[in-house]
Amino acid sequence: MWEQIRSNQIRSVVLTIGMGALLILIGYLLGLYFFDSAIVGLVIAILVWTVLSLVGYFQGDSILLSMSRAKKIKRDDHPRLYNVVEEMKIASGLEKMPNIYIIDDPALNAFATGRDPNRASVAITSGLLQKLNRDELQGVIAHEISHIKNRDVLLMAMCSILLGTIVILAWYGSRFLIFGSMTGSRRSSSSGGGGGAQLIILVVALVFMILAPIVAQLIYFAISRKREYLADASAALYTRYPEGLASALEKLGTSTGQLKSANKATAPMYIINPFRKKGMKASDLSSTHPPISERIRILRAMAGASFNDYDQAYRKAHRGEGVIPAASIAAETVPIATINLEGEAGEPNEIQRARETSDVMWRLSNYNTITCDCGAKLRVPPKFKEPIIKCPHCGRTHQV
Amino acid sequence: MVAVYIIIGVVVVLLIIFLVLYNGLVRLRNQVKNSWAQIDVQLKRRYDLIPNLMETVKGYMKHERETLEAVTKARNLAQQVSSAGAGERAKAEGELSSALSRLLAVVERYPDLKANQNFLALQEELTSTENKISFSRQFYNDSVLRYNNQTQMVPSNIVAGMTGFKASEFFEVTVAAEREAPKVSFT
Repeated sequence: MWEQIRSNQIRSVVLTIGMGALLILIGYLLGLYFFDSAIVGLVIAILVWTVLSLVGYFQGDSILLSMSRAKKIKRDDHPRLYNVVEEMKIASGLEKMPNIYIIDDPALNAFATGRDPNRASVAITSGLLQKLNRDELQGVIAHEISHIKNRDVLLMAMCSILLGTIVILAWYGSRFLIFGSMTGSRRSSSSGGGGGAQLIILVVALVFMILAPIVAQLIYFAISRKREYLADASAALYTRYPEGLASALEKLGTSTGQLKSANKATAPMYIINPFRKKGMKASDLSSTHPPISERIRILRAMAGASFNDYDQAYRKAHRGEGVIPAASIAAETVPIATINLEGEAGEPNEIQRARETSDVMWRLSNYNTITCDCGAKLRVPPKFKEPIIKCPHCGRTHQV
Repeated sequence: MVAVYIIIGVVVVLLIIFLVLYNGLVRLRNQVKNSWAQIDVQLKRRYDLIPNLMETVKGYMKHERETLEAVTKARNLAQQVSSAGAGERAKAEGELSSALSRLLAVVERYPDLKANQNFLALQEELTSTENKISFSRQFYNDSVLRYNNQTQMVPSNIVAGMTGFKASEFFEVTVAAEREAPKVSFT
């Protein structure tokens, strides 16, 4: 049941090979045109791809995390978040506890990264952290852990690198082609004859250079969308509670904020597409991710919590076409847990969660928080050297 | 001569199939063992949390002696049978879970306690431990299901029979109240 995402992996591999073929074709054409030898072009294409892949493989997660200015937390910084991640680690059977990061951004989003399940990280924005209650947080974290468990993270990273290489080569290739044909500065050796044939090659090459990145992007999005559905299905199975994720997605869907630190290549890593047009709701059409409203509808239509139930619900929404490979559908019944949402006493409400999250963010920036007797909270910056600080509200003095 | 090669070939193929099936069974059995250890860790964590909880709660809940005693008793009983098999143990742990949820249900009557920072932190730990217990149980039962299926299905049941793989026991919750509310409810 757990590892049997395999047949879907085969599908992804086929698509990835398709992208790889595009890359090779570009290299081939470029080589043929500029160097009169396909091999040289191929070598250049593969070299660029190898370098980018190596960097992406070994440094991808730390680049992504530092680009999004994520801060790593420990158990004591935010016990509830840590506990929820640990719960999902146990439910999914992951062997090692993933690192947990918080991104100081009011936008609502989360992502998972790491090249293998033993070196994984999950990151969540502070905005999302304070918006979600415990069950919703569990749903979101379960979705991210599923990406780790299903090994989507590495696949998507490698695919985005492949896409990046294709885009780079096609961009430079088409510029050189246009520039070269205008000034006639192409190799002189071939200028002898076949001007017409040369023109045809030029046009074909140009059209190809323009189409290749688009096709590659479409393939990339197709892989990414499929993976989102699978991660939703796994999240429902791990939590035994599809409503948690559905309710979280609903909150995510009504948000209008864009994530500042995301870029196009990293978009599929997030739980919802970070590049909605400004002011546009996330529930409107997005290409790397399936429409949120549809994801919610499927989750809410689930009769149980198994892959089978998710597949049934998906079929209802898509006129019979399934999403989960037949091999991984076990004919067992997995009941949905009965949990009362927003009902647990003792759970902090949204205001308390906001305070808690801002406390964590200040602490992570090395600010010292002193709570004055009058109720004011003093945030003492790390550079503050005086031994005593006066409360600006009531005038009491405090030891730093 | 050809017949000899065919026989050797068949034997080699059979041997490879045997090894693959055997390794698969070992892997599944190890997973069952590991996930059982995971449950164990969480149950121990709960034993450790309860004395702290009692210490914090005692001062506030003077009129709930019975409820408090029931929790302590259930905890000690559960700890005593902690070396027993899955079935017996699940029963004792189920009792402890329901005693705990009864205790946390009466917390509602003590607003002072609900404002206690120490108690709130403990409550989060307890909620999470209850969740971890049910998630590790969930994973354990899934692992047992897969392992048992392998030991009973053709052709791996032949390998299992020859090499002594026995079906494992599920960790079922036997207390009705616990089945209704897998998560501790603090309402």
